[in-house]
Amino acid sequence: MPADSERVLDVRDLQVYFPVRSRGVFPRTIGQIKAVDGVSLHVEAGKTLGLVGESGCGKSTTGRAILRLTQPTAGSVELNGTDITNLSRRQLRPLRREAQMIFQDPYNALNPRQTIGSIIAAPFRIQGVEPPGGVRTAVRELLDRVGLNPEHVNRYPNEFSGGQRQRIGIARAIALRPKLIICDEPVSALDVSIQAQILNLLQDLQDDFGVSYLFIAHDLAVVRQIADRVAVMYLGHIVESSSREELYKRPLHPYTHALLSAVPIPDPEAQTQRERIVLGGDLPSPLNPPSGCVFHTRCFVAQDRCRTEVPIMRDMGQGHLVACHFPIEEQRIGEVIHGPDSGLTAPLEPEPGYFSESITDLGAVGTTRLDSANSTDEGI
Amino acid sequence: MSAPFLEVNDLRVSFRTEDGVVRAVDGSSFNVAQGETLAIVGESGSGKSVTAQAIMGLLSRRSADISGQVVLDGSDLLALDDDEIRRLRGARMAMIFQDPLSSLHPFYRIGDQLTEAVRVHRKVSRKEARNRAIDGLRRVGIPAPEQRIDDYPHQLSGGMRQRVMIAMALINEPQLLIADEPTTALDVTVQAQITELMVELQKQTGTTLIIITHDLGVVADMADHVCVMYGGRVVEYGSIDDVYYRPAMPYTQGLLASVPRLDSDRNARLDPIPGNPPSLINLPSGCVFHPRCGRRDEVRGDLCVTTEPELLEVAAGHTARCHLTAQVHAEEVFGAR
Repeated sequence: MPADSERVLDVRDLQVYFPVRSRGVFPRTIGQIKAVDGVSLHVEAGKTLGLVGESGCGKSTTGRAILRLTQPTAGSVELNGTDITNLSRRQLRPLRREAQMIFQDPYNALNPRQTIGSIIAAPFRIQGVEPPGGVRTAVRELLDRVGLNPEHVNRYPNEFSGGQRQRIGIARAIALRPKLIICDEPVSALDVSIQAQILNLLQDLQDDFGVSYLFIAHDLAVVRQIADRVAVMYLGHIVESSSREELYKRPLHPYTHALLSAVPIPDPEAQTQRERIVLGGDLPSPLNPPSGCVFHTRCFVAQDRCRTEVPIMRDMGQGHLVACHFPIEEQRIGEVIHGPDSGLTAPLEPEPGYFSESITDLGAVGTTRLDSANSTDEGI
Repeated sequence: MSAPFLEVNDLRVSFRTEDGVVRAVDGSSFNVAQGETLAIVGESGSGKSVTAQAIMGLLSRRSADISGQVVLDGSDLLALDDDEIRRLRGARMAMIFQDPLSSLHPFYRIGDQLTEAVRVHRKVSRKEARNRAIDGLRRVGIPAPEQRIDDYPHQLSGGMRQRVMIAMALINEPQLLIADEPTTALDVTVQAQITELMVELQKQTGTTLIIITHDLGVVADMADHVCVMYGGRVVEYGSIDDVYYRPAMPYTQGLLASVPRLDSDRNARLDPIPGNPPSLINLPSGCVFHPRCGRRDEVRGDLCVTTEPELLEVAAGHTARCHLTAQVHAEEVFGAR
């Protein structure tokens, strides 16, 4: 397929199940945690795919499984056209230079006993690559490129702040000029003023080297800043994916609506004018996921069908994919968050029972909230 | 405006460490009126959590040097001895922490922990305390509180645990509640639940609330007044509208400009504050923000490097710690240069 040739990463129907064993002398497998359950995604050359979801949705496991840091249970991962799902460690090693990772916690991702020079030189050492001009020069150039002082090459990680450590992690990841970098929550541990520095750095590196990112994050505002395409994950499944503009302007899945409306905007007036969808309850256990649509237990438009039938991912036009029986096509919620002129419009009149009444409804936490959905039948 | 319910005057907290004296809070002053919500905003190491701990009397005098005044409803909390402050804590003032899992004891049922909070401060029967605990859990939206009260913390999700913490903090109907990053450890959808719950409960009880956070979005949701801290100092204080729409301190301006927002023009590149937050052991001379400040050249001479600016009034009830403010004042009085 010609379209595939531009794909740096192509993941099809990825599953990662973790067995749950009983205690005792002879442990038996008594269940499976379906951390990732049939995820398909792809990343195009020089582009960024944002993978968004709450904790426990399987986004980090997806990232780790793609790099084979966790063994996938089923499905395929193609890196630059090569299927790496079943390669041995030895066969995998030369391919590692094509794909690198940046981790969330810059404190644990760096060996405290190595100088940063040694940390950044590790990829050259392990891959047996001799950069032109030698490793020392290459390391100094990398430090300079990520905004650190090349004179600090002999210092240890504890001498650097969180943001600087993340820069060290980035320097290590770009050392071999990989085609793909998986960024697992790269800015969520950083202070606000530092987050913006790191996001700008990642964007500059993409412009310079044409590297692709799979950007895993929980913060929708951060993803909007950096991603070209966004996929939303919930309980091991991708529930919606589309171009960035589409997703933020015209979200279709009720979960995406809820996520977007839950992100507070740092603007007091806009905040008071926004209509909120507050989801009841918590993420169900991936050990025993709900039947049918995994989101139906918290969904505000769920109907009987959602409880029994698994929604299939379908294209709603222009590559906007959604896995929902009753996608919300009207702009009624989207406009509140993202008005026509990107300014904040007056709140739209919500249908009665459409939005959950946060406090009074919290009594229903943990139970199915289908009752509140019934009143909206005719609206959908 | 009513008389201040809580008054913090020139609070200073420093810790002696092997590397030197850490000036965690270095002259922080602010007031909170009864029933209002004050947000203390700042990045890590700005002194916001230490300020809260000093107010609550949670800092050990052995490790920390504390000076200044914390006046709650007329009495100076810093002058009280340990027993006296223990009687206040949990009764007249309470605190919610960031991580509910490490704030709840894993070996005790939540009911035991809630009833203990009641019985420490009030002479009530076990049964009465248990009923209060059930009521408290119901009020924070925990379903089937009669059953949940016998759960252990590990049986609850993160959002539920934070609700339990809120229930415990409110169980003796405190007049002052301090919430230290109450939603930071939670997912956005759960964060929205907890924010709404706190706003609603405050409306019902009229508790004075101090919320400590780095999240400018959460602040916009909850606060009446905002206090911005940097390098152990209050650098700006004002009503929420003053601080968000008319920020006077370049640090506040930079902070607001560097946050990615859902409603902004995405194609605009983010405008970060350059550099890193200062070390509290070795603070910069003059204005603590000067090494990162983009507006330094607007100030005449090298005042920013040599002299620490005072917290000056920009407008009624809106103060900022910046030489630019003083300069504007001077120009108003003496005319432009």
